[in-house]
Amino acid sequence: MRTTASASESPDTTSLKNQVNESVIEITDLSKSFGQQEVLKKISIKLYKGENLVVLGKSGTGKSVLIKCIVRLLESDEGTINVLGESVTTLNGKELNMLRQKIGFLFQSGALYDSMTVRQNLEFPLRRIKSELTDQEIDEKIIEVMENVGLSDTLDKMPSQLSGGMRKRLSLARTVVVNPQIMLYDEPTTGLDPVTSDEISQLILDVQKKYKTSSIIITHDIKCALKTANRIIMLSDGGVYKEGSVDEFENSSDPLIKSFFN
Amino acid sequence: MEKTKSTTRIRSIATQQSTKLSEKTLSKKVEASVFLTNVADVFLFVARVIKETFSRGFEFKEFSRQCFHIGYKSFGLIAITGTIMGLVLTIQSRPVLVDFGAVTMLPSMVAISIVREMGPVITALICAGKIGSGMGAELGSMKVTEQIDAMEVSSINPIRFLVVTRVLAATLMIPLLILYADTLGILGSWAGANIKGDVSFVLFFSQAFGHLEFIDFIPAFIKSFFFGAVIGLVGCYKGYNAGRGTESVGVAANSAVVLASLLVIIVDMIAVQITDMI
Repeated sequence: MRTTASASESPDTTSLKNQVNESVIEITDLSKSFGQQEVLKKISIKLYKGENLVVLGKSGTGKSVLIKCIVRLLESDEGTINVLGESVTTLNGKELNMLRQKIGFLFQSGALYDSMTVRQNLEFPLRRIKSELTDQEIDEKIIEVMENVGLSDTLDKMPSQLSGGMRKRLSLARTVVVNPQIMLYDEPTTGLDPVTSDEISQLILDVQKKYKTSSIIITHDIKCALKTANRIIMLSDGGVYKEGSVDEFENSSDPLIKSFFN
Repeated sequence: MEKTKSTTRIRSIATQQSTKLSEKTLSKKVEASVFLTNVADVFLFVARVIKETFSRGFEFKEFSRQCFHIGYKSFGLIAITGTIMGLVLTIQSRPVLVDFGAVTMLPSMVAISIVREMGPVITALICAGKIGSGMGAELGSMKVTEQIDAMEVSSINPIRFLVVTRVLAATLMIPLLILYADTLGILGSWAGANIKGDVSFVLFFSQAFGHLEFIDFIPAFIKSFFFGAVIGLVGCYKGYNAGRGTESVGVAANSAVVLASLLVIIVDMIAVQITDMI
């Protein structure tokens, strides 16, 4: 069922392939335009359960638009988007909210609520989505997630008091605190130094392993892509330019792909 | 030959003129369509706010926080402007009333002016500046930094959390601020009356309230709720619908103040007409 594979797949990828063939996101012939500008042209993509799918491409190729269409922050013009078996484009408000609770979205800017403390940033979605949890359970959950991202000593700080890397970690913590099944990362390492970028990439892998998430990672950062990807898709001119494994991309002689990987 | 040339020239001029005319018509049509879309957008926004106000899951904590910000944090500004309003009104009116031998009417005249018109309108205009711009800028920057999108994808209703709480807080707090401004305005008026004269506190207030009736107070109090709602709605609408760049935060704040101030004056005019008919 998987369209791509390579002879030298990593053990992780092989086990993943055996583990799942079931798609959690299935996008078919998706098109999206802004006025006269056609950003996505009949794109079809699948995300399989448990995998990290990296989407590469130059700026303006519609990578962020693609994941915003998945959570219906942007309405698509044509095509179908099935997430966890539900057609996103036809859901009503209540059904869409139920589905969104199963999806985590890490924004490029972090999108932290800057009028709230770090703790309140985590409590805010948790209290509303997991309303059955007691105060003690919420505290335990927050401490557990913050320890996982290495920020347990910043709970009472304001987001403005944190560095760029810490803000990204906090944003990731806020996203995973509600246990999403699918993660959508919009350029998670943009604007970070190489060391912090590597830490964030490692966190993405940790999240995949610990929370058993399936993820789409939009990035320009090749190091992040190589570290986190089970599969890569490259977009160009609003369409899928190439889809394949990490090895296939690394060994490709295509000039556009080479320009990214070299 | 000559005739054919002139005919061609006339045709060409006619075509140019017709093209210009159709371009003008088209641009007018586009403008009209944009205007109508904006009006529809405002109505849809207001309808959504009303619907969310009466739906389950009211954000009481955020509402209390907004009441604190809008009400308590405006006390200082409203106290200063309210007091000065009463003081200045008294100082300016006194010489004219002295000329007519009607200085004893000063407390009641000032009290009626403040309670009926000056207090509500001036306080509402100050709130349009302080609260309207604050809401426009805050929600605008939340939009620019994708915080509103983050709420939406977390299945948290941003209209219920951000807009309903702010609009309700403004609707409830601005009438209270107006009452506060009215009280301090009359106190300021007493201080103003004592600059050139000597009036006791009790005498001044008995004269001031002796001529005040419920018909002076009730319409002014009712219209102050509308002022609050208008300021809250305009501030939130402008911020919530801000563009994507940082410049749009400034634009949202600025247009919120301008539109809220204008609407306060229009609402006041309508309220005065209705009161007059009653």
